[in-house]
Parts: sequence; structure tokens; C-alpha cells
Amino acid sequence: MSDEPVRAGWPLYEVFVRGKRGLNHVHVGSLHAADDEMALRHARDVYTRRNEGVSIWAVRADLVAASSPAEKDPFFAPSADKVYRHPTFYDIPDDVPHL
Amino acid sequence: MDHDNAYDGLVETQDDARWAFGTGFDDPLAGVDTTVPTGVDGAALAAYCLMLGDDALVSAQRLAQWSTRAPELEEEVALANIGLDLLGQARLLLARAAAADPSVVPPLPEGSPVPSEDALAFFRDAPAFRPVHLTQVPNGDFAVTVVRLTVLSTWRLEVLRALTASRDPVLAAVAEKGVKELSYHRDYAARWCVTLAQGTAVSRSRLVGALGVVWPYLAELSRVHPVERSLVEVGVAADPSAAWLVASAFLDQVLAAGDLEPPGTRSVGTMGGRAGRDGAHTEWLGPLLDEMQVVARAHPMGRW
Repeated sequence: MSDEPVRAGWPLYEVFVRGKRGLNHVHVGSLHAADDEMALRHARDVYTRRNEGVSIWAVRADLVAASSPAEKDPFFAPSADKVYRHPTFYDIPDDVPHL
Repeated sequence: MDHDNAYDGLVETQDDARWAFGTGFDDPLAGVDTTVPTGVDGAALAAYCLMLGDDALVSAQRLAQWSTRAPELEEEVALANIGLDLLGQARLLLARAAAADPSVVPPLPEGSPVPSEDALAFFRDAPAFRPVHLTQVPNGDFAVTVVRLTVLSTWRLEVLRALTASRDPVLAAVAEKGVKELSYHRDYAARWCVTLAQGTAVSRSRLVGALGVVWPYLAELSRVHPVERSLVEVGVAADPSAAWLVASAFLDQVLAAGDLEPPGTRSVGTMGGRAGRDGAHTEWLGPLLDEMQVVARAHPMGRW
């Protein structure tokens, strides 16, 4: 226990929620919390209060490795003209979901 | 799934189109037989529902007073959510009181559209309310609020756990729903007690001060009112003193986790043997009700 009041703000967390019918967790927003446990509880209170979710992930925002907007072209533009990378030359059976 | 819409994965396909996402709400009274069980006095059942409902209603109003004032945005939402859970319990219990004994509902002008649960909440005077004194204590700082919430949610959780076996099917259904809610309230509040106790010197001193504010009101929680005793005997009510025994063991664990001692402050006494369950209240209940009731009372013909 420290003797001084802590004036620093709480770290930022990114919140992902999986809905009842959702297959994957989707990013729903962010919040502040002192630690991981508190982040989960805050996420429950802030992002699932309208019955949205069945599962929550919360991750410290500074632990997310993100691509930079400045790198958008070298990262993503080269894939724009490679139509052969899409499986459009196959017949996909009707009963294959979520491809 | 539309990958351009992050919220799409949260949508239920049969949802009511008015809501963006997240519906499928349950009605806690769906399929519940609402007739008063045989051998149960309707007036006593109504009085008991008012006791449990008023604890929830006054607590909800206190928590609502934190809106725009909480130390963090996230805590404000958390306290408001807990308040709304309790308000939901209060609505069901006040409606049950009105159904069990319509004479408890204050008279309203002819043709008023105000439902009986609202009439009980907004048009009843303080002496007809039955909340325990601890619900009436002002919010104080965040520490007082979380200590009070820890105590009340721990005790109420045990009361509702016992009520899930009530012979009154409505009380049992309300309890079934409330147990899940109270479990979260207790978890939320008890965590904050330990966090503040083990945080900084300032947070610890606030928490210790809060124990001194709350502890004098604990004695009332194990008092058994004659109405409660008569309904315990017919298998309808929960014994608050039995609930308190279980609750106080949990509170001891919270104190131990925070390396805290129960404060030595003396209990506040009753008022000539009468307390909140008898309609004898602290000086704080009146102003709280004034604020809560003023708009509804100004518009007795109002539709909300």
C-alpha cells in the first residue's frame, strides 16, 4: 500500500463482446479501469446492460499492436487487384456457412 | 454477417425492430400463478412486500443520486445499473402488495391512470414506508456508498435466497430473479471495499470512516417484525435474522480480505422499540421522498 493518493488516470481497455448468436467477439468500445478484473466488470456494466452479450474480452489498449494509417497503402493496396485470391472459381455448396 | 457493421454480430435475427441490438428480455412473472396462496393473510403479505419493496426503492433512489456525481463514468453506470435492478424488484413487490391488499394503495383522483405500484411509490407518505434505516442514510462519499451496498446486498441476497422457496409464487419468482442481481451487486461492492481498504492511505482512511458510519445500523437487520414472524410460520416470508447470520459471516470475510476490524461504534437504538419496519424513520427519509415524489404528486392525472 502506498502512502500517497493516486492521481494518475486509469489505463484504457478495449472491449470485445460476443452476442448470443454471434460467432465471434466484436469490438464494441473502450473504457477505463484500474486492473483486468475491474475492466471486465466495467465492461459488463457499460456494454452488456441491454442484454447484448454472453462473453466479454477486455484487453489493455496499449497491448494492442495496431497498423498505422500512414502504412495503409503499402499494407493493403497490393491486395486490391489480386482477384485470384478469392475462391470465386469454385462452386461453394449451399450448406457451408460462414465461409 | 455484414462485416462493415461491428454490431451486426450482436443482433438477434428475430429482434424487435425498434432495438438496435440486445433484446430477448424475460418477464420474471411469466407463467406465475398470482393468486394469494390459501391460509395466507393478504394484509400481512402486502405489509411484507412493502418492507422488501421499500428497501429496494429507497436504495434505488440513493443510488440514482450518484448520477452525474460518481468518481468515474464507469462507476456511475455501474451504480445506476444496480439502482435499476433494485427499482425493478421494488416495482414487482409494490405491485404484489397492491394485489394482496388493495387498501394499502393511497387514493388517487377519479380516473387517474397511475398504476398501483406508482401510487405506492409516489403517493404514500413517509410513515407508511417500511425501509430499514440503513437504506435511508445519506450517500456520503464513495466509500460509504460501497460499504452500505456491500452490507445491504449481502443481507438481501440471503433473504431472497430463502424466499426462492416461498409458498407465495410471486415472491419466489421475484427472489429467483433478484438472487442473480444481488450476487453481482455484492461482488461489485465487496470488491470496492477491499480495493479501497488495500489501496492508498487516503482510500483506507475513507473506508474505515465508512465502516463507522454504516455499522451502527446493522442491529436492525436481524430484527424480526411480527408480520415477518407470522409469515415465516406459514412458509411465505424469509427470517431476516437467519439471513443476517449467513450475511455477517460473508461480511467478516470481506473485512478479513481488507485487513479490517469491525468498528467499535455503538448501535443506534430504536425509537421507543420502533424502527424502519414499523414506520419510524430517520430524519433523512422525508427529504429523499420529497425529491422522489414531487413530480408525480404535481401531476396525479399524468401518464408516464
